[in-house]
Amino acid sequence: MIKSFISGNTAIAEGAITAGMRFYAGYPITPASEIMEYLAEKLPRIGGVAMQFEDEIASINAAIGASWAGAKSMTATSGPGFSLMLEALGLAVITETPLVVVDVMRAGPSTGVPTKTSQSDIMQVRYGAHGDYVIPVFAPWSAQEAYDLTIKAFNVAESLRTPVILLSDAIIAHLWESVLVADPGEVEIINRKKPSVPPNLYLPYKPDDDLVPPMAVFGEGYNVLVESLVHDERGFYKQDKTTYRNLVNRLINKVLSKIDSIFEVETYYSDDYEYLLVSFGSTARSALAATRALRKSGIKAGLLRLKTLWPLKLEVLEKYCGEAKKVFVIENNTGKLLYDIERVTEDSKAVSLPLLDLEIPEPKDIVEGVKKWL
Amino acid sequence: MVVSTVEKPHPLDPYLRVARLPHIWCPGCGIGIALGSVMRAIDKRIKEGTLKKENVVFVTGIGCSARSSFYVNFDAAHTLHGRAIAFATGAKLAKPELEVIVVGGDGDIAGIGGNHLLHAAKRNMDLIVLMITNFVYAMTGGQVAPTTPLRLYTTTTPHGNPEPPLNTVRVVSSLNANYVARASVTHPILIEQYVYRALGMRGFRFIEILSTCPEVFGRHIGIRDPLTLYNHLRSKVVVKQSPSIEESDLDWERGLVIGEYLIRDNPSYLDRVRGRLE
Repeated sequence: MIKSFISGNTAIAEGAITAGMRFYAGYPITPASEIMEYLAEKLPRIGGVAMQFEDEIASINAAIGASWAGAKSMTATSGPGFSLMLEALGLAVITETPLVVVDVMRAGPSTGVPTKTSQSDIMQVRYGAHGDYVIPVFAPWSAQEAYDLTIKAFNVAESLRTPVILLSDAIIAHLWESVLVADPGEVEIINRKKPSVPPNLYLPYKPDDDLVPPMAVFGEGYNVLVESLVHDERGFYKQDKTTYRNLVNRLINKVLSKIDSIFEVETYYSDDYEYLLVSFGSTARSALAATRALRKSGIKAGLLRLKTLWPLKLEVLEKYCGEAKKVFVIENNTGKLLYDIERVTEDSKAVSLPLLDLEIPEPKDIVEGVKKWL
Repeated sequence: MVVSTVEKPHPLDPYLRVARLPHIWCPGCGIGIALGSVMRAIDKRIKEGTLKKENVVFVTGIGCSARSSFYVNFDAAHTLHGRAIAFATGAKLAKPELEVIVVGGDGDIAGIGGNHLLHAAKRNMDLIVLMITNFVYAMTGGQVAPTTPLRLYTTTTPHGNPEPPLNTVRVVSSLNANYVARASVTHPILIEQYVYRALGMRGFRFIEILSTCPEVFGRHIGIRDPLTLYNHLRSKVVVKQSPSIEESDLDWERGLVIGEYLIRDNPSYLDRVRGRLE
């Protein structure tokens, strides 16, 4: 374990290296570019490839191709680039390709304010691609957690054969903090399952009991079929309703069935709160400061911080929100996580505090917002 | 009565997913001729020991030609429209011992995927790209394509195509590709020869294969009979030993010149990457 003073973007790059990532493809974009710059220097020295492509579309497709050649792969971008990657995100879903996609959020819509922060992509990362699917989304609030959740993102991507989103933002990207970087063997690293049968018996999309098919890759003699069309267990295109339903349901259920290991929250003052603040990512840092300030002024506030933004374990949210008189959803957008909290609270219990700030929100703005309702 | 389509083994059966046959291509479609020629070139390389079967990967996008990945008994990927070259680049860089072959139509490779084609050629990326040109978007029912002749009526140019066709051979030749050729399904032996040569080379290797689409392109030009269309294309094709780029335009009046336009052995992308840290 080495203690390093690094930025959130560097922490993501280091986390990816720790996880075993050896193929990175990207396209420059603020505020994510440092991830590629760091990896371009470091990856070739450890036998990996880091390459700048002609656009984000090429980047994610190359990362998917590399994953099928056996490399753990990643790409990183910001909102505009993520929008371009959405079609290929669906490709990774239906072909069950382990892949980590980092979205370092900035203010939008469109070019927006490239250098300033935002949390407005939380719907895009969940729902952006066409078709029905569920993919995990993790949102770090510190450089250390950017490192840790990147490793988790790879472990989930590999074990479930799915794309996983690491949702950072411009504040975390350029925040320098001490980060404990693990030595080899110090953290659990999960690799995709390999087939246990010979090529003539291998069906590329036949799942085990955990709903995840073992993955043969190019060059192993398995005659792998990567298929973007709806397909059966052989990888053959099928247009019938049964095949379609079976595939889509399995792709979703293989993720949902692991929700206990995917879904993580952190709580502060969870023993005796009356008012619960719910937040995530960099904004949760301000929400924690606000929670402490409210406590100092005698208001029994608590904080629920979501590390996983998708899929959500609603029972957990329901439990924490159920114990509060009022729930304040604090996010740096126009109010999007709010919809999830409204789903688990009775009428008018959830209050939206949409901050729509370009900087990290001021704790006093949150305190004032909460106090208006008391 | 159901007649078995596979009564006795075909010499290329080891390279085909026989269980998936018959294929979807229309009667008279040239893609099968092209794919057969490609298979024979691969077969020759495998038999002479210069290519390992398990290292061959077919990467395709979307379209009629892209369906090739359904039928080849190699590692294969049927990916997104236009993105086969990007996908293939990632696979090749992650595992350089692979021989990655991209197959696609002109819409897939030079239309929606044009940017990736440019950059792969610019990098001299270690890939073979086979672009099967049928002059039309066929799978979607007959819309104008990058290679559609000027003034032709298509479903989306009902008043005539106002755009001259894209000369992809010229575009790729202007970059850093090591090999650029144009073949035609009317001359299958040449397809086999060109692919065979490309398989023995490094860097970016691009072969455009002119093809017949009687069902859609044939309808647009008034020649729906497969044999008549085949002979029509054959009458327009001019075979040259060392054609110049200047005569590579898709000019149906002067003739569609096929041949090997460019052969060189410059260091490939992988060569240049490998040398950097030494």
